[in-house]
Amino acid sequence: MSGQKNRYQNRTEILQGTLDMLILQTLQWAPRHGYALSKAIRMNSGEILKVDTGSLYPALHRLERKGWIAAEWKKSEVGPRLRVYRLTNPGKKHLVAERSRWARLLDAISGVLNPSNEESEG
Amino acid sequence: MRFALWGKRQRNEELEEEIQAHLTLAEREEMESGRTQKEAVAAARREFGNVSLAEETTRDMWGWRWLVDCIQDVRYAVRTLRQKPGFAAVALLTLALGSGATTVMFTVINGVLLKPLSYPDPERLVTLHGYTEKYGDNWGISYPNFLDLRRERRSLSRLAAWTYGGDTVSEPGQAEYVNGRQISEELFAVFGVNLLGGREFRSEEDQRGGAPVVIISYGLWQSRYGGRPTAIGEPLILGGKSYKVVGIAPVGFQLDGGAEVFTPLGQNTEPRMQYREANFLHVVARLLPNLTLTQAQAELTTLGNQLAEQYPKANAGRNFQALPLHQELVGDVESTLWLLLGAVGLVLLIACVNVASLLLARAVARERELAMRVALGAGRSRLVRQCLTESAALGLLGGALGVFLAAAGIRPFVVFWPGSLPRAEGIRIDWRVLLFALSVSLLSGLLFGLAPALRAPTRDLEQTLRAGARAVTGSSRRLHSGFVMFEIAVAIVLLVAAGALARTVLSLSYLDPGINSHNVLATHVALSPGTLQSAPKMRAAWQDVLDRARGVTGVQFVALSDIIPMRVGQNFLGYWTTPAPPPPNELPIALASCVTPDYLKVMGIPLRQGRFFDDHDRLETEPVVVIDEVLAQHAFPNQDAVGKRLSIQAMGQGPIRVVGVVGHVRHWGLASDDQAEIRDQIYYPFGQVPDHLMHLFSSFMSLTARTTVSPLSLVEPLGRELRGTTGDQTLYDVRTMDELASESLALQRFVMMLFSVFAGLALLLACIGIYGVLAYLTGQRVPEIGVRIAMGASAGQVVWLILRQSLVMIFAGIVVGVAGALAAARLLVHLVDGMRPAEPLTFTVMILVLIAAGLFASLVPARRASKVDPIVALRYE
Repeated sequence: MSGQKNRYQNRTEILQGTLDMLILQTLQWAPRHGYALSKAIRMNSGEILKVDTGSLYPALHRLERKGWIAAEWKKSEVGPRLRVYRLTNPGKKHLVAERSRWARLLDAISGVLNPSNEESEG
Repeated sequence: MRFALWGKRQRNEELEEEIQAHLTLAEREEMESGRTQKEAVAAARREFGNVSLAEETTRDMWGWRWLVDCIQDVRYAVRTLRQKPGFAAVALLTLALGSGATTVMFTVINGVLLKPLSYPDPERLVTLHGYTEKYGDNWGISYPNFLDLRRERRSLSRLAAWTYGGDTVSEPGQAEYVNGRQISEELFAVFGVNLLGGREFRSEEDQRGGAPVVIISYGLWQSRYGGRPTAIGEPLILGGKSYKVVGIAPVGFQLDGGAEVFTPLGQNTEPRMQYREANFLHVVARLLPNLTLTQAQAELTTLGNQLAEQYPKANAGRNFQALPLHQELVGDVESTLWLLLGAVGLVLLIACVNVASLLLARAVARERELAMRVALGAGRSRLVRQCLTESAALGLLGGALGVFLAAAGIRPFVVFWPGSLPRAEGIRIDWRVLLFALSVSLLSGLLFGLAPALRAPTRDLEQTLRAGARAVTGSSRRLHSGFVMFEIAVAIVLLVAAGALARTVLSLSYLDPGINSHNVLATHVALSPGTLQSAPKMRAAWQDVLDRARGVTGVQFVALSDIIPMRVGQNFLGYWTTPAPPPPNELPIALASCVTPDYLKVMGIPLRQGRFFDDHDRLETEPVVVIDEVLAQHAFPNQDAVGKRLSIQAMGQGPIRVVGVVGHVRHWGLASDDQAEIRDQIYYPFGQVPDHLMHLFSSFMSLTARTTVSPLSLVEPLGRELRGTTGDQTLYDVRTMDELASESLALQRFVMMLFSVFAGLALLLACIGIYGVLAYLTGQRVPEIGVRIAMGASAGQVVWLILRQSLVMIFAGIVVGVAGALAAARLLVHLVDGMRPAEPLTFTVMILVLIAAGLFASLVPARRASKVDPIVALRYE
């Protein structure tokens, strides 16, 4: 039991910060429903990032509750009603902040991974 | 609530729809890539993962998950309870009894001890006592000392005094004796209460020769003046004298019991008002707002020292002590109440443990169900929470039932309380009690729910599912045995306490009270107000009372006495045998009774030596006294006391001759007399009371009569016979000596009775607990027992196997319990008057009772085990 559960937890935890950002970023171009969103993230990452649906919907509902995205039911031509999410203004601001934070983090990490010569010699 | 739930349901449906749409789109895509529909559905599902867990996690994000869960848990809890009505009924009943009894005790404690007094700023109200090193603080204060204190005090804003009074009211309405109080000015102001109408006494009225004024109670105002406002200013004939009504006391105003009339203390002309030695006044005072009791006490001590220097004869070794009024009112009841709450708490604890073991047994049986729920995606914390919700729901339900039980049980409790419970009028269920009941039920719910809750989901899932609910792990067995052990231990504590109390009451009631209380009546007599004018008239009136009472059929002997054994009210006098009186703080004190010659015959007190009084002991003859054997031993050890002389405070000039020695009377009651500080007793003849004290003595003389028929049947004829020539002479406060003797043990008996009930309950609950646990454990061992029987074990061996298991638990409990019982018995000796320490016999008997009950409870499961059919049992596995 615990193994099964931990797997979900780990994945959610690892992706927690980034998943939110990825969702917000993907919604920036156009409103999407859950399935399309997961597909878009997968495609845009070159099939590397596979969004776990067990984390996707909790994330979507959490972001909605924070007011960064808004949801709306839309009729689809294919059949079922779809819940379509779009980015709100606070969501846009949050995304900007997140992106810069992420950039700094990346810089820091690559700094550690590729130390400059002076430093390694000194 | 309804709306919120509806909104939630819609949201749930939407979530499902959203996820369903996701799956549909995924399936469609899979089919487009060439799979069959069946394969596509499976692939989409696999891709998605655990749908319900995803739904659940998503719902968590909505933020009201806890509420939803809670409602769901409560519903689930109610449903499971309803599935097992037997279990639910036993658990609820147990809890309701436990929390009901606890709530009753708390309601009483709340009303009597915790609630502040209903006066403004009650914490600043204090009472002042006289204090001597030898006899402690149970003294009143004399009027001259009171006046000095009132004049000199700085730390007390107001100071007032009162003493008992009462007289015959003859107009308006019928002649009747009423209780009264003599009060100083500002008494109501000290308490901070306003009169219903009129005013308090003025300074000039609180003095000798002041205008006769009276404050009447609300009850008297209603009954005799029809509650009309014009009553103020009207006359009231009290003791044959006309008083002007100046005020009406507020409803329910009490000074040590109710009173109908309040008269100015300062107008009292009795000689004792002038004696600095006569410490009979109750004094109440109010602290200044910014001062503490300690500061006030320091000032009082200084004043006391000054007075002792100024009046060494009366005040040497005497000082004053201030106590909070609340403490004074509540008195000894406090320790008894806490003791009972403690005992009741133990019963509740047993009840909780019982329910815990029931729940645990059920939790183990439900392991499969719980494992299934984990497999379906329930989190561990969720399961723990759900178990706790179940027990909390159980606890709350039990608590609610308990409150109903308590509401029904409080009145009987207060009514059966021996004597009168102080502040009984304030005992009711209020928000404090409800809060208490709520926390007790939640706490007990948590208590008995914790073990099963923490235990259930930790087991290995797969194992559990495969094994089903059959195997009992060692930890579960240990926990169960622990529960039983605990129950036994607590039951032993209560049983031994109850047993020790019962032995105490039994041996106390065999004590010789020193009198023959059977068929004796004692009643106050209020002489006709017309006779109170002169001493000879009063003497004649009392002689007339005796003669008439003696003439009533069924009356054997009659006598007068100012104090009655075991009844409230006493007179203390210092005595000495040396030529000069010892310093006041070393003066021995005796209880003094003023009686007529037949008193010994009425009370059945044995004459040890010399003679008792006769009609020749009059004012004109030599003053004489009779002493009891205790005083004789103290004052004249190993000598013949008869013919010796005794100097007695406030009694005549020079030493008085002792003419007889009589048996000791347990005046302070059967339980308390042995520990009392003042046990010496002096009797002096009513015939030698000087004229100037006659009026005072007439106000508290009682008529006592030994009867040949039931004493209460004579109340009516006696009352008729003693109405007197003017028809306004009345009897009041009629008691039989049997009543008084039995009341003197009533508190001990009451505590014993309650403890017996608690101990019985504890024993019953412990037996149910043992039965439940053993039945459960035995049920788990059926396959093992089957094997044993198949291998040739006899029925007796199987029974012994089970009984041994139960005996181990019982003995372990007894070992722990005996230690607790020793401590409890010691506590009881401190808290209950006359209590004897628990004897080994009590322990032995109670332990045997418990073992017998425990074995009896284990017999049914043991017999059931011995009848196990090995074939069925083995196939069962």
